[in-house]
Amino acid sequence: MTQDIKFIQGNEVCVEAALYAGLDFFAGYPITPSSEIAEHMAVRLPGIGGKFLQMEDEISSICAITGASLTGHKAMTATSGPGFSLMQEALGYAIMTEIPCVITNVQRGGPSTGLPTHGSQGDVNQARWGTHGDHAIIALTASNHQDLFQITVEAFNLAETYRTPVILLLDEMLGHMREKLIIPKVDEIPVVKRLRTAVPDGVDFHPYLPREDGRLPMSDFGDKHRYNVTGLYHDMWGFPTSDPQVIHGLIHHLMDKIENRVEQLTRYKEYFLEDAEVILISYGSSARSALHIVKNRRKRGERLGLLELQTLWPFPAGLVRRKTRQADFVAVVEMNMGQIVDEVKKVVDQHKRVFLVNRVDGGFITPENIKDMIRLIQGRGV
Amino acid sequence: MSRTRLIFSGSGGQGLITAAIILAEAAVIYEGRNATQSQSYGAAARGGVTRSDIIISENQIDFPKVNNPDVLVCLTQEAYNATYGDIRPGGLLLTDPHFVEIQTKADARQIRLPLYRAIMEQIGKPIVLNICMLGALQALTGLVRQDSLIKVLQTRVPGPFLEMNKEALELGRELSE
Repeated sequence: MTQDIKFIQGNEVCVEAALYAGLDFFAGYPITPSSEIAEHMAVRLPGIGGKFLQMEDEISSICAITGASLTGHKAMTATSGPGFSLMQEALGYAIMTEIPCVITNVQRGGPSTGLPTHGSQGDVNQARWGTHGDHAIIALTASNHQDLFQITVEAFNLAETYRTPVILLLDEMLGHMREKLIIPKVDEIPVVKRLRTAVPDGVDFHPYLPREDGRLPMSDFGDKHRYNVTGLYHDMWGFPTSDPQVIHGLIHHLMDKIENRVEQLTRYKEYFLEDAEVILISYGSSARSALHIVKNRRKRGERLGLLELQTLWPFPAGLVRRKTRQADFVAVVEMNMGQIVDEVKKVVDQHKRVFLVNRVDGGFITPENIKDMIRLIQGRGV
Repeated sequence: MSRTRLIFSGSGGQGLITAAIILAEAAVIYEGRNATQSQSYGAAARGGVTRSDIIISENQIDFPKVNNPDVLVCLTQEAYNATYGDIRPGGLLLTDPHFVEIQTKADARQIRLPLYRAIMEQIGKPIVLNICMLGALQALTGLVRQDSLIKVLQTRVPGPFLEMNKEALELGRELSE
């Protein structure tokens, strides 16, 4: 069996994986360092009967993909920090109206226009809290091309399964770096199809009436059934309501469908954790530097381990608590001023043994950066 | 060597990032190895220092950047001044006297090849300077096979320009002898 091997950028991996997952609609506005996603979508989609739209801005981009999804298409947009900021209101709309879609944010340095051509992981909390009001969100990331392919397909699967937007957080390093990717064979990674209602034509369809398993079948908007979609609190027909009981039920439904399934939604990898005295927690491209130093120090007899998070939201609290129990120190390696480190501090028994190991000057965090900071934490000097 | 780390550095527009991609792709697609290629760049499309880091390995590559290259190619003085001190002892440092005055103290095998002059005299198009450099580098290091590079050129270079690129690759090989 010959393998389909590619040597491509992370942004292109995201495109190939999205197509594998069944994407047939993309709308976006190019922005560094995400532009190659739009570029390759524009090349690939017309040839397979899909639609590519270059929009006038990021607000219209996310609105276009929610609309396309509602009519039955698998849809994604891609952007970076400034564009992700513009998308926040419509992200909330997609959460409230329970429209599956994927929003990829290839992170660059912020705030504002910041550092367009340099990497960062500064939008982790924005992915969680950027849109207003109480809500839950799924946000995933990966550190290498093979994992990124898998995680991108899963982003689409989770969006369909839970009828929710899913945020895919890449960063400049991962998006622009080239490395080997073996394209998985058809059906090697399961693909979740749109769950459509069995309610026949002409019979009343309730767009927000969950089945017993909690899933909500959809009906392609504009096809068989007439129904209402609104960002206001709504009843099972989709019409606005101010009935306290319905409001209470909906907000709990939106939270519970994600927060009650943290274990099922958690994706992670672990390296040398069994006897680790110092546990590094990292994600995205910085996990590569963390893994490099862990392997390097292991050869020298130092008991370092790495927990690589691929699901950032909902935060895998139970996993982090379990895995770090035996460690003397926990070092959270991230390229921001400390976003995941706060979550780790919340869930471990002793937050004083949790440290931030970071870099925020536009440079990619190196194994040496990590090594030096760990030595300081251990009181051994650099 | 199970792992080779390379840096190609020069000026935007010289095609060094393209050369880096072609080399790494040859190793991955046609020789079954692992490779990473990354780059640092500013907002300008031409000019300014460009740098591409390449790692070719039999094993998994975690950290994709290169601090101390085994092979360093510098095609501007600015690039040379910024990076020649980082080379691993005994490494290979390739420059072109048209662009770079070398320091005598670099702890490396410094090879100066008149790539630019040869290209201008024999092909007349500076656009294939990067491929000429790859031809020389391939012959000097044996890092990948020449036919692997040619296969990549066949997939990446538009038909009318393929012969010129192959010629430049061969010219680089000849210069290295």
